[in-house]
Amino acid sequence: MQLNLKKNKASKQLLWIGIVSIVMFFGGLTSAYIVRKAEGGWLEFEMPVWFTISTVAIVVSSALLLFAAQNVKAGKSGTSLLLGTLLLGILFSFSQIQGWGDLVAQGVYLTGEGSNASGSFIYAITLMHLLHLIGGLIALTITTIKSKIGKYTKDNYLGIHLVSIYWHFLGLLWLYLFLFFTYS
Amino acid sequence: MSEHHKETFLTKYVFSLDHKMIAKQFLITGMFMGVIGMLMSILFRLQLSNPGESFAVLEFFLGEKWAPGGVLDPNIYLALVTMHGTILIFWVLTAGLTGTFANFLIPLQIGARDMASGFMNMLSYWFFFAATIVLLYSLFVESGPAAAGWTIYPPLSALPQAIPGSGLGQDLWLIAITLFVVSSLLGGLNYIVTILNMRTKGMTMSRLPLTIWALLIVAILGVLSFPVLLSCALLLIFDRSFGTSFYLSDIIINGEALHNTGGSPILFEHLFWFLGHPEVYIILLPALGIVSEVISVNSRKPIFGYKAMVGALILIAFLSFVVWGHHMFITGMDPFLGSVFTFTTLLIAIPSAVKVFNYLATLWRANIRFTPAMLFAIGFVSTFITGGLTGIILGDSALDINVHDTYFVVGHFHIVMGLSAIYGMLAGVYHWFPKMYGRMMNKKLGYFHFWVTFISAYGVFFPMHFLGLAGLPRRYYTNSAFPMFDGLSDINEVITFFAIIGGLVQLLFIFNFFYSIFKGTKATENPWGSNTLEWTTPVERIHGNWPGEIPTVERWAYDYSKPGADQDFVPQNVPLKEGETEH
Ligand code: HEM
Ligand SMILES: [Cu+2]
Repeated sequence: MQLNLKKNKASKQLLWIGIVSIVMFFGGLTSAYIVRKAEGGWLEFEMPVWFTISTVAIVVSSALLLFAAQNVKAGKSGTSLLLGTLLLGILFSFSQIQGWGDLVAQGVYLTGEGSNASGSFIYAITLMHLLHLIGGLIALTITTIKSKIGKYTKDNYLGIHLVSIYWHFLGLLWLYLFLFFTYS
Repeated sequence: MSEHHKETFLTKYVFSLDHKMIAKQFLITGMFMGVIGMLMSILFRLQLSNPGESFAVLEFFLGEKWAPGGVLDPNIYLALVTMHGTILIFWVLTAGLTGTFANFLIPLQIGARDMASGFMNMLSYWFFFAATIVLLYSLFVESGPAAAGWTIYPPLSALPQAIPGSGLGQDLWLIAITLFVVSSLLGGLNYIVTILNMRTKGMTMSRLPLTIWALLIVAILGVLSFPVLLSCALLLIFDRSFGTSFYLSDIIINGEALHNTGGSPILFEHLFWFLGHPEVYIILLPALGIVSEVISVNSRKPIFGYKAMVGALILIAFLSFVVWGHHMFITGMDPFLGSVFTFTTLLIAIPSAVKVFNYLATLWRANIRFTPAMLFAIGFVSTFITGGLTGIILGDSALDINVHDTYFVVGHFHIVMGLSAIYGMLAGVYHWFPKMYGRMMNKKLGYFHFWVTFISAYGVFFPMHFLGLAGLPRRYYTNSAFPMFDGLSDINEVITFFAIIGGLVQLLFIFNFFYSIFKGTKATENPWGSNTLEWTTPVERIHGNWPGEIPTVERWAYDYSKPGADQDFVPQNVPLKEGETEH
């Protein structure tokens, strides 16, 4: 038991430090954005509506995940809520791709003639966020399956705990990016 | 707990989860890469001292295509310089040094059976291995390896059509470095969590050996700075492969105007050096840790100012994030901003001086045992001083603009980083070899290795300062087109001469290393009379480190020559005597 507690603590720390790394990665990208923007020649454009849908999807998914974790802690099943989280995560990914389509329709390109760094940054940064999110989707899928086959109990729900930390982090990261793109 | 269990050849030597074996894998890969990197430097040194002359060795190693008629091809010169820097900085002095000693020492010195996650640790090595394969493979592609320098500044690195090395070679370089960063992050996460969670009973943070403190801080630096390198490389990859304009603007190449507008190579420099400067400390800090340990053991004295040593490490690490601009004084930076970076840069001299002072104070009036490890540790103190002094010159923007991108800089960083870290690494290998392989390395060869290395290394890098002051630019294939540099050719010959001697004597070290693995005299459990926990493990390697219970820790690691003790050392697991106070 004592050993287990130690291991749980270590796994959580691993995850947190990993998150710090990811923060540095996006910190690097967004500060590059700021520096580049300050140099001028910056194309301004509207954020696609689909990105707002993404924002709603990921916020709601985080809420569902919160309830899922509470259910499990209370000894109930969290499977359907986990499934809901997963589906909303997929909706998020879908809306991101739709959002890119909107951008292209507005004439904002990643590359080539007529492209501008402001557009390239949006594509590059959202793509990187999406890649991290796909990792989260995989983890959520595994957690959902494990929950379905009854692997989690009210004393043993480390997997859900870890996935929650990561998923909420991805949500916050998206919120930050969304606000950053909209207002900076 | 998993103690000793059955192992097959594959799980013991290849896909090992045992931190001690993983350490050896890092060490031997690092040594292998070290030999290649060193050989490259000798090849391009031949061109620098004897421009345009024919050498059979060049043709032997590089072939008819890269050294036609035994004369080094200019593009391959650039490629060799690039690969030399990349290999030495990342492969040898980052992965080779930290990978070896973090893996080996962390569990042993904190009293743990293994790392927090043996699996992640294994992955860390295999990512490194994959990175190594990709990097080595790039030596064999048609257009040659990357050639834009270890700092891969765009536009040279961003335009595949720029020079041969900007093509496939640069792609492979970027893939290799990405794998490398993944490896470092996996390793670093594991080191931090292990140190924070797995210390044995009694091993409080204030009793940690300085090696572990240094490795902890290095891991934190890595976790914070390597991701920024990735973001920097990511945008470069987009520019190269997808045609974005993050770093590119208004370029005409081969008469063709590119569409890119608005990008800025200065942006790249900011991102790169935000990693790049912490990276040089990632290289240095493990050496600082090792040297603290080796000096204390062989002086038979407690390390002077333990707390100040830890504080200095933390301060150096912190400051290393706010000085990156000193690599960019001539990029048109606002002079006020330049003076801010000058200020922060010169601040680093303070904790650095604290370190040096404490080393010297530890050595002062000590009963020194001059083992080969100790000689290299003292050699470290020497190069850290000489190289640090030129750092103060470079850190001053008004002075730096005169010598930026000359051999003065090459001299500076090879002495303060290259030599110091290599000496730290060699000190570590000589010191912990008995624990790694259960045998002793040959001492006489060790002395010979040290003195020849020490003299020839200064012979190589000291004169470079004069070249730099005379204005000789770095990274030029030849300077024979500039009459003003004709008078410097003698110095260049001297440098190449010492480079060859210094290179050859490393082969002797490698011989000593491998010979001693099999034929060295058998080691005892604690040959140096050392206090740290690794010396309480049996000579025979076991998975799990201690056959019985893990020892508990009763005191700090530096009770050497303690008044009232029976011996001149008291290991950390020995309880305090009646009435004995902790240091
Ligand atoms: C008092 C301490 C130090 C100061 C003030 C200092 C300052 C500087 C400055 C200003 C430069 C840029 C020179 C130029 O390009 O014009 C430089 C280059 C460099 N320094 Fe230091 N340095 C110090 C210590 C160190 C240490 C401890 C290391 C590594 C362990 C190191 C590694 C390097 C490297 C690798 C470069 C060259 C990078 C390149 O352009 O390829 N320095 N240093
Ligand atoms: Cu620097």
